[in-house]
Amino acid sequence: MNDGWIRACDAGEIEREDVIRFDYEDRTFAVYRTKDNRFYATDGLCTHGRVHLADGFVMDSIIECPKHNGQFDFTTGRAKRTPACVDLRIYPVKVEDDQVFIQIGNVENCSL
Amino acid sequence: MPVESIKRDYSLIGVNSNLAEERGLASAHWYAAPIPRKRLKELMQRRNGPAIFHTLLWFALLIITGGIGYYTWGTWWCVPAFMAYGVLYGSASDSRWHECGHGTAFKTPWMNDVVYQMASFMILRQPTPWRWSHTRHHTDTIIVGRDPEIAVPRPPDLWGIPLKFFGLKSGPIEYRKMILHCFGKLAAEEKTFIPEGEHPKVFRVARIWAVIYAAVIALAIARHTIMPLVYIGLPSFYGAWLMVIFGLTQHAGLAEDVLDHRLNCRTVYMNPIFRFLYWNMGYHVEHHMFPMVPYHALPALHEEMEADSPRPYHGLWEAYREIIPALWRQAKEPTYFVQRQLPPSAAPFQAPLMKADPA
Repeated sequence: MNDGWIRACDAGEIEREDVIRFDYEDRTFAVYRTKDNRFYATDGLCTHGRVHLADGFVMDSIIECPKHNGQFDFTTGRAKRTPACVDLRIYPVKVEDDQVFIQIGNVENCSL
Repeated sequence: MPVESIKRDYSLIGVNSNLAEERGLASAHWYAAPIPRKRLKELMQRRNGPAIFHTLLWFALLIITGGIGYYTWGTWWCVPAFMAYGVLYGSASDSRWHECGHGTAFKTPWMNDVVYQMASFMILRQPTPWRWSHTRHHTDTIIVGRDPEIAVPRPPDLWGIPLKFFGLKSGPIEYRKMILHCFGKLAAEEKTFIPEGEHPKVFRVARIWAVIYAAVIALAIARHTIMPLVYIGLPSFYGAWLMVIFGLTQHAGLAEDVLDHRLNCRTVYMNPIFRFLYWNMGYHVEHHMFPMVPYHALPALHEEMEADSPRPYHGLWEAYREIIPALWRQAKEPTYFVQRQLPPSAAPFQAPLMKADPA
């Protein structure tokens, strides 16, 4: 780990407009790839039902929880549709040599 | 040997609520059929087209049947006209409420919201409380003490079930709650699943509804005719019967306190007219297992899951041939339920069956 950056996955592991799950130690994250090839990362569990968002549905910049259709904007972490009311934590992401890195030590959204 | 009737406590603030949590049944992990991610993504795709078409058709039929009712008012011809209008208003609105509440009917969010608000009014379910109630239903489907939407608690109230067909039990309850909400209060059970931040919305909409009802009643009084209420308000009662017939097939008589929707939901094949009115909610196992899949893709999802699911019912008749005897038996033997069978190709059921508990 370097300045809190950890390798999450190969860029090619995530299809465009999709999400995968990444677990690190006792934490779980969701890593997203948009239609126009940008990468983002959030906490992996829905703030409402504690369900893995990686099983959910990506539409543009929205992740929909697979259990109750709660929605978040994964680029900002903002809860967009009930029953999601509490925002998601988001994490800085960088891509180097087709590897996706998340900086888990630097939390950008703490509105819990 | 006579069987002593045991009535379970279905209250969300009763003994079984804590028991469900202690047993790991609350907000638990549920079985999901193994569908490849790529295929599931295809099935989850949202489109506006089907819902726009079906909604316009629904509105058109409401206008047509309502128009026929108006022009034949005072003759017996208005009866079939208003029967049809009532079903479109008081039954078909249930599926629109449901699908738009999930946000999956339309791709465009505001369209879901608009139709949701309209359908909520027509089906007499206040939009915010029922959104949260339905969320809890999906979290803890038929978990006693957790699910506020268990339609037939055990032992079934066999005399009370017919009253459901014209909203004679649920309607007064909903009006009482609406009045309570108008005064800025919630029922005790509602507080267990509606977050505090949502309470102002509950009160605001209840007051809007009260104004609408007051206006319709005032118009009826002013014009010395019941007609305004026949169009707005009363169809939630006289038109509810088909919604109840559809709705009871979802879970009635099946297992409680299990973590596998294949055990506590039914999939019922229906004819095209019923599928239009019910928006494919006959595919109920599929819907509960994958609520992100919109109604128009449920038949395709069903094909993907068929080998992993119990045999579907071929029509309402087949479903009710099971439901009626099951409920009759549960009236005397509340621990009885219909045990669904899986085909050899299916993964085994998720969790062992739980016994019913005395209240």
